[in-house]
Amino acid sequence: MNLLAIVFVAILANNIVFNQFLGICPYLGVSKRLETSLGMGIAVTFVMAMAAIVTWVVYNYVLWPLHLEYLRTIAFILIIAGLVQLVETILKKTNPTLFRALGIFLPLITTNCTILGVAILNIQAEHNIIETVVYSISVAVGFTLALVIMAGIRERLDLANVSSYLRGAAVSLVTAGILSLAFMGFSGMMTL
Amino acid sequence: MTTLTQEFSKGIVQENPVFRLVLGMCPTLAVTVSAMNALGMGISVIVVLLCSNIVVSAVRNVVPAKVRIPAYIMIIATFVTIVEMVLSAFAPELFDALGIFIPLIVVNCIILGRAEAFARKNTIGRSIIDALGIGLGYTLSLTLLGVIRELFGTGSILGYPVMGTAFEPMGVLAVAPGAFITLGILLGLFNYLFKRLGIE
Repeated sequence: MNLLAIVFVAILANNIVFNQFLGICPYLGVSKRLETSLGMGIAVTFVMAMAAIVTWVVYNYVLWPLHLEYLRTIAFILIIAGLVQLVETILKKTNPTLFRALGIFLPLITTNCTILGVAILNIQAEHNIIETVVYSISVAVGFTLALVIMAGIRERLDLANVSSYLRGAAVSLVTAGILSLAFMGFSGMMTL
Repeated sequence: MTTLTQEFSKGIVQENPVFRLVLGMCPTLAVTVSAMNALGMGISVIVVLLCSNIVVSAVRNVVPAKVRIPAYIMIIATFVTIVEMVLSAFAPELFDALGIFIPLIVVNCIILGRAEAFARKNTIGRSIIDALGIGLGYTLSLTLLGVIRELFGTGSILGYPVMGTAFEPMGVLAVAPGAFITLGILLGLFNYLFKRLGIE
């Protein structure tokens, strides 16, 4: 499969937030300021790439040969939780600056459904290891893009005169709907 | 001490997971293309929430506080796997329609949230009531969204055409943008209603 097509589809045409509805919680929660959404995006990219590689290896070399495919969900969530903890510990020891920047986002990532979602999507699409890495990083870039766009809009939205009943999540969702409409334009250009 | 009835009804009104707590948004947006999918998702969540609340409450004095979150995730993942297997065996159509969102019930914040906020501090009986209330509140919200999107997006309810031949379906409601916009407007509407009825 063409790697360029994977990148295009994962970032734009099938954007994880606007088209696949994954990672809505951080999308609504962390997109208040530009810097925090960038930080979250980088943390997610990092963990997602690592999680995708580890889960791919475990699935293809442990679960599948032993006919334990039904343990997929349990094994994957365990790997992701362990991995997040590991990244947190390593960062704390080796790179305190980066830890301070990303630290607060890491615990949130365990329950970020994009990580588990992408791990499962990679298995379902029967990607090989290179496609897995490219796909996971592209999805994470798409997620960061969605977060950053929303943060930019939200900083202006705070100054706008929005009805008190719609403030917060409601108006963010409607904005996301309009953005999603715009992103739908890409889906006509290329599909997998 | 709240009564059991209050415990049950709070999940549907005051602490409605979708419209009050704004939790579990991913499946709420993704599976509500039709009322049937929404109902299927809601029932799956009720089953997982009920089982995990019972087990978490049962082991609440055994699990050390430090490792409780991984322990809860394991408990939840076990029940999600069971639901996954049951659905793929007995309801393959629904299983295909819900797709990746069945395994993703594991990371649905409502379930871990109830384990952490309620089941680990309360008896099994109260945890069951809490799970049923919150689960029903979630299912009702999902179904409401599913009915609206199916009715205006395709002109039918649960697959039966009800709008007549003159109705032109609004395709946008059946795809991604429709999910976001419908939920956003409903959220605003419920904020207004709750304010008017004086429920905080």
